[in-house]
Amino acid sequence: MAARIVVTMKIAVCIKQVPTREWQPRLNDSKTWIREQDVSYEMNEPDAYALEEALRLREKHGGEVVVCSAGPARVQTVIREALARGADRAIHVEHDSLGSADAFVIADALAAAMKDEKFDLVLTGLQSDDQGHGQTGVILAERLGIPSSTIIMDVQVEGSSMRVKRELEGGWFQWIVMPLPALLTIQSGINQLRYATLKGIMAAKKKEIRKATVPDGLQPAQQIVGLAVPTRSKQTHMITGAPADAAKELVRRLRDEARAL
Amino acid sequence: MILVIAEQRDGKLNRATWEAIAAAQQLSGAMPISIAVVGATTGGIAQELATASVAGVLVAEHAALDPYTPDAYTGACSALIESVKPTFVLLPHTYQTRDFAPLLAARIRKPLITDVTAINGTGADATFVRPMFQGKLAAQVKPQGGAPALVTIQIGAFRADAAQKGGSAAVKKIDLQIDAAAIRQKPEAPFREAKQAVDLGQAERIVAVGRGIKSQEHIPLAEKLAKAMGAEVAASRPICDNGWLPMERQIGSSGQTVAPKLYVALGISGAIQHLVGMKGSRTIVAINKDAEAPIFEVADYGIVGDLFEVAPAIIAELEKS
Repeated sequence: MAARIVVTMKIAVCIKQVPTREWQPRLNDSKTWIREQDVSYEMNEPDAYALEEALRLREKHGGEVVVCSAGPARVQTVIREALARGADRAIHVEHDSLGSADAFVIADALAAAMKDEKFDLVLTGLQSDDQGHGQTGVILAERLGIPSSTIIMDVQVEGSSMRVKRELEGGWFQWIVMPLPALLTIQSGINQLRYATLKGIMAAKKKEIRKATVPDGLQPAQQIVGLAVPTRSKQTHMITGAPADAAKELVRRLRDEARAL
Repeated sequence: MILVIAEQRDGKLNRATWEAIAAAQQLSGAMPISIAVVGATTGGIAQELATASVAGVLVAEHAALDPYTPDAYTGACSALIESVKPTFVLLPHTYQTRDFAPLLAARIRKPLITDVTAINGTGADATFVRPMFQGKLAAQVKPQGGAPALVTIQIGAFRADAAQKGGSAAVKKIDLQIDAAAIRQKPEAPFREAKQAVDLGQAERIVAVGRGIKSQEHIPLAEKLAKAMGAEVAASRPICDNGWLPMERQIGSSGQTVAPKLYVALGISGAIQHLVGMKGSRTIVAINKDAEAPIFEVADYGIVGDLFEVAPAIIAELEKS
């Protein structure tokens, strides 16, 4: 693929709407998915960092930030939030089945809606806080025919290429040079998040959200046959009572039973 | 057959490979297992792996595989899969696997099940258990779309020393064609951000703090508890992301892995990325307001309550005697 000289950047950010961290899981009757009517949702946290990184790149290089999300009608809430934080416009691939779809289906659905846009850079969070496959971004890159790199902690665009800092295990990092267009999956903590201002919220109401349909014949790559609260791998001794009593009992057990103090 | 793709760098085997071998042996039923070693120079790794009770070890060496890039590894592994036609491909769930396995799955259009913590059943009927919703739920999943299914095995989910040995598997070289021009990433040498001033791996006791601490101004409470226990202070990733404690005090897959005598998790919910860094600790105490938090699954002692009440009470109790 010929390298593209980037004057201003056309950046896509893929965001997912996921249950809030405070949400207590409840299962549907067949115990294969969650009871969606009980759920309150928020923007997937790593995607929020990807959005912030896109906004910072636009501020530095000029261009536009397009938010892309695949999901039921409810995901409009996080799309509007992203627009309020400063994204320019959005693409919403809408279908009820996308709320519980796997990474292959989501990536294929996004790819179909995004391919004609010819983005210079596509950013996603490194994984979602719901199904957590950690695959959607990379599959999307392959479907768009562009290179990918994952778990990124810094992005420096230099003309038609960029230098990105990839996180390795145990406190190690590595710089990688790659051409544009490309896709990066962004690690939480890459930047400090901004929040929407009142002005941003008002402006978001006028921004364009293009609706896209799901292509026919998308094939899931896995099926959830059961969902359950995990079984404990250890016998946990739960200590109850008022804080002072619980503290006393804990300290006694740590000294006498576990010999850890 | 089951193909296990070993992870190595500079001729040194990543120990998590043995965990993937143990998982493959549990999954196999009547299926034979082969282990593939992929890299530029793999040294004595093939001989080391041939001690496992498996059918064979395949060595796929190519200069274009050093340094690691997702494009070269995807090229090598798709050629390998094409030639040996496995039913399952197992990999350790490392950062390297997370980088190229989805690309490999997308390229060959086959299923990928990540982060697997347990396997039910054997052979083609097996289902794979993986965390979902930040570990609040465990899903049993089945691959769809034909063989091979790619499966990544969570670090620490299977025991490396449970891998059956005593084999003398044949080592076979495989010739690979890799188009070096198709490699789009140019990596530089790995580096460490700063010298690690604290080696939490040496700490006897650790008090680790998570999102439950709510704001930076409450960090001294954790420090006070640590002091009273004779412990080092550590944190889960979000605390370090916010800059409330330095990155070098982070526990988990992107930080340090520790196994102290005592680990106190203060307001940590226990996402899998954190658990892999601390679940080997001898005694684990979890203090969390959410009784359903996954951290309680690995805890020896648990207190469900407000850490702003419980932690001061523990400090007071320790100062009493």
